[in-house]
Amino acid sequence: MPVLVRIPTPLRRHTGGTADVYAKGKDVGELIDDLDRQFPGLRDRLVDETGELRRFINIYLNQEDVRFLQGKESLVKDGDEVSIVPAIAGGR
Amino acid sequence: MRFPFSEADLRRYSRQMILPEVGGAGQERLRRSRVVVVGAGGLGSPAALYLAAAGVGTLGVVDSDRVDLSNLQRQILHGTKALDLPKVTSAQGRLEELNPEVRVIPHALRLDAASAREVLAGYDVVVEGSDNLATKLVVNDACVALGRPLVAAGILRWDGQLLVVRPGESACYRCVYPREAPEGAVPTCEAAGIVGPVAGVVGSLQAVEALKLCLGLVTAAGQLLLYDGATPELRAITVRPNPACPACGILPPRSE
Repeated sequence: MPVLVRIPTPLRRHTGGTADVYAKGKDVGELIDDLDRQFPGLRDRLVDETGELRRFINIYLNQEDVRFLQGKESLVKDGDEVSIVPAIAGGR
Repeated sequence: MRFPFSEADLRRYSRQMILPEVGGAGQERLRRSRVVVVGAGGLGSPAALYLAAAGVGTLGVVDSDRVDLSNLQRQILHGTKALDLPKVTSAQGRLEELNPEVRVIPHALRLDAASAREVLAGYDVVVEGSDNLATKLVVNDACVALGRPLVAAGILRWDGQLLVVRPGESACYRCVYPREAPEGAVPTCEAAGIVGPVAGVVGSLQAVEALKLCLGLVTAAGQLLLYDGATPELRAITVRPNPACPACGILPPRSE
């Protein structure tokens, strides 16, 4: 079941510059695995060595931060939209 | 109410006083408002300029740096003549030149937890435009503790983010980004670059939200605004308070 994934600018070098991509899986973790199959290296940008979601990159399933759902086990369904939002802390 | 505006005031602010959301009462609210801009850089420059131009009565500017040649590509508060001056001095001169009615208060320091509370307590609205996550979190925590509305933002390369925080009512910055980053994990403009007008867009969005806070109008609180100048696109993600947030988690959950 394809889910729209919105890739932020800093990660688009992995997707050939594409902002909107589609991934399949039953939950967020499987989506990340599928993304990495399509765009090698993307997984490491989202997940740390222990398999946890990185702290400075938020993943929103529709409008919900997946940390407040079930993290990587958050279930996704056809038509869902996932946004990857890294912390942007520049100002000067 | 009394209508305490001079002919010059009426002319200066005519294009916004004509708006039903502003009017004489709103203009007086702006004049009585105290707004502080943290960081007189890429974000703080447009934010402070628009707030001064709009007639915000008291405008604090916090920055510990001096004007560097590499700043001038985007930090439009400062000019070539201001090189090597403290940024707060340069900012004060420019803002007073723009609008002599505004009282500008320079704070030449880098905020930590204690000084943030002390400085920010003197203001009604806080506009955050520093260049690092640690300061953004310190300012957020102080705003939550003091109950001050905050307009936080960040920029990098072609991207910007903005979050309005109404303590006790909407998600705070720490609800969204809970922890400080290790060195290098969240790049700065110095390390990764910034498109000048992207700073202008996002700093201007901050000024819009700050003015609405001063005027008591509906703001973007509860929405994380994402500006992508490359695509280009402006969109919003709804962000909810984190019940376990170390800054605001003790607050009652927002009703749906």
